[in-house]
Amino acid sequence: MEFQILWFILWGVLWAVYFMLDGFDFGISILQPFIAKNDAERRLILNSIGPVWDGNEVWLITAGGATFAAFPTTYAVMFSSLYTPLLLILFALIIRGVSIEFRSKGDSPAWKSAWDKAFVIGSFLPALLFGVAFGNIFKGLPFDADGYHGTLFSLLNPYGLLTGVLFVMLFAVHGALWLTVRTKGDLAERAAGTAKKLWPVLAVIAVAFLVFTAFATKLYDNYLSYPFLAPIPVLAVASLLAAGYFVFTGKTLRAFVASCLTILMVTFTGVAGLYPNLLPSSIDPKFSYTIFNSSSSPYTLTIMTVVALVFVPIVILYQAWSYKVFSDQISTDDIAKDEDAY
Amino acid sequence: MDVLALSRLQFAVTAMFHFIFVPLTLGLSWLVAFMEWRYVRTGDVQYLRMTKFWGKLFLINFALGVVTGIAMEFQFGMNWAEYSRYVGDIFGAPLAIEATLAFFLESTFIGVWIFGWNRISKRLHAVSITIVAFATNLSALWILFANGWQQHPVGYVLKNGRAEMVDFMALLTNPNGISKFLHTTVSGYVIAAFFVMGISAWHILKKSELPVFKKSFRYAAVFGLAATLAVALTGDMEGVNVSKTQPAKLAAMEAHWETQKSAPITLFAVPDPDNERNLVEFVKLPYLLSLMGYHDPNAEVKGLKAFPREDRPPVTPVFASFRLMVGLGSLFILIAAIAVFLSWKERIESSPLFLKLMVLMIPLPYIAAWLGWMVAEIGRQPWIVYGLLRTSEGVSKNVDLAQVIGSLAGFTVLYGALAAVDIYLIVKFAKKGPDANTDSIVKMTRA
Repeated sequence: MEFQILWFILWGVLWAVYFMLDGFDFGISILQPFIAKNDAERRLILNSIGPVWDGNEVWLITAGGATFAAFPTTYAVMFSSLYTPLLLILFALIIRGVSIEFRSKGDSPAWKSAWDKAFVIGSFLPALLFGVAFGNIFKGLPFDADGYHGTLFSLLNPYGLLTGVLFVMLFAVHGALWLTVRTKGDLAERAAGTAKKLWPVLAVIAVAFLVFTAFATKLYDNYLSYPFLAPIPVLAVASLLAAGYFVFTGKTLRAFVASCLTILMVTFTGVAGLYPNLLPSSIDPKFSYTIFNSSSSPYTLTIMTVVALVFVPIVILYQAWSYKVFSDQISTDDIAKDEDAY
Repeated sequence: MDVLALSRLQFAVTAMFHFIFVPLTLGLSWLVAFMEWRYVRTGDVQYLRMTKFWGKLFLINFALGVVTGIAMEFQFGMNWAEYSRYVGDIFGAPLAIEATLAFFLESTFIGVWIFGWNRISKRLHAVSITIVAFATNLSALWILFANGWQQHPVGYVLKNGRAEMVDFMALLTNPNGISKFLHTTVSGYVIAAFFVMGISAWHILKKSELPVFKKSFRYAAVFGLAATLAVALTGDMEGVNVSKTQPAKLAAMEAHWETQKSAPITLFAVPDPDNERNLVEFVKLPYLLSLMGYHDPNAEVKGLKAFPREDRPPVTPVFASFRLMVGLGSLFILIAAIAVFLSWKERIESSPLFLKLMVLMIPLPYIAAWLGWMVAEIGRQPWIVYGLLRTSEGVSKNVDLAQVIGSLAGFTVLYGALAAVDIYLIVKFAKKGPDANTDSIVKMTRA
């Protein structure tokens, strides 16, 4: 297999795993104002991701780094063209990160409520904007020989916004299910109820997205040209339905696993549909940045392949171990007793 | 100011802000790991309280280091797209490897360490912070390989309209990368040592928790003395590499205009770049510049005039920063030596003046590290990759002035606020001292 294709797959995997992991961090935060009733529950929400959120975020840094190393031209064009939305994502992620660490370091209600707001905004904004950014990439961006001709507002088109809403809803359901898996008590029960309320909304938005995608993008062309890719969108739909089934039958762990699969498969559906593009031009395909015209040299890709194939499995092993260490269901009482808790 | 100037200013602001937190992490992680291993070995609760006290300060600092790091990775693409496109084939690799090898380790095990007190064995818990220390230093290695390549590009060919990597080993054995890594990490250890000594000194002055803070002070003093000496040694390596590979930077560091053999060092001068001379010069030390650059008193040192004007870095800031950095570095060796001596002779409690001085010293190693980066990066100008690509050629073409003004304003406001909160929290928890109630901690670490 050509290295470019291998790195395209890896690129997709890095983003998909990032969305699957940081997705529930974002989700619980987006839900926090709606389902936490008091300070103890807000702390429980924060502590449910306390040990793992930082490791989750590194998948984004690695996805960015991999774009740089494997497809430098795409990295350059993507990051400079999407300057303002990326800046907003960056500011939001900075605020989110410090809010998790700093909230517990002060005692006054004003201090806590300020960091709570930072936590919620710092999670909602990236969830929405990553969706908007990927929606616009699926659709194609206005590139020609002179460069990029869009603005922040041209990104806020109906398809981009719909993808943004899809991401927010996917993560919200995912977050609710995470809380049912990682916490116990009133909050976990309420989260299960929230998942029941949100899943139908997510399903409607997902259907709208799938239909709109046929008109706004060329993603489906690949599935017609390469039928062996068809299982990806089929699995996306099937896992979303499975998540719904398990939500309503009360099998929350299975629902969470199905939700993980949904996010992976939705991301893969988009990425596989892009092939061979990384950044399609909406003006003319000849201006598109593809994995072939924007990649690093075979030498660099060989080095990076060796690094990735050796170390990514190791990363997965120790991250999985850390999830196992923190796999028990925690309650507000546990948090109250634990002086290291956030 | 144009997009180029503002993008440079933004990179400087965000990098220097990031570099408040990173160097403390590099050194304090080892110290906290050492304290925790003492606890594991001896079972003495005092060490556990030390670990938790310094660990809390470590975590407040660590959080800001992590989040401000993402801004650095994003900015290469956002503001320096032409640079990223031109050198990404070789410059992107160490960044991606840094994330894969170091950031995952660091971020996963810091979570295990914070929340794992009563979930994993004592030994595994101490292993976790040791892994964090190792991983943060490993991340410094990879990012400084990347920076070393900007200082002295190696292992590439110009092909397909860009620099392409042809020799990965050349990147890993680049002397500029290796000396940058060593000099930067040990300067981080100095920052950590003076941080711990300064806060300990404050508590010793207040006679609070004397056993904990006298011990902390002693560890930091020994660590600090070793680190300050290592800074001098690695600084010498840097000097030799700079003279070999960046002669214009060396000349700017010394405001050295005329090419000459047996070149002296001028301790004080007021450079006058317009007229290619120094207005005032005091105290010339003969042979020293030749000795510093080439380890040979008779070696020829190129003067700034040997380079076309457009290839010279700004002289005054590089010259002044270098002098201040070396002056501070020498002061740190002296102070650390006194600290070790007083600590060893058990006279630290009875030296209140010295303790007060140690509290005031806390910011100085940070300033020295900043000055070092100013020498390295202003001295690299006008190149973004030395001799290969000019900084002006690296900036993004499709970013407009309003966007960069907006982002720079945003960073300034956000980082200003975060700096205020961080200092407030560090001071608050530093003053508070270790938790009084040891029973609850011991119970928690029953495993």
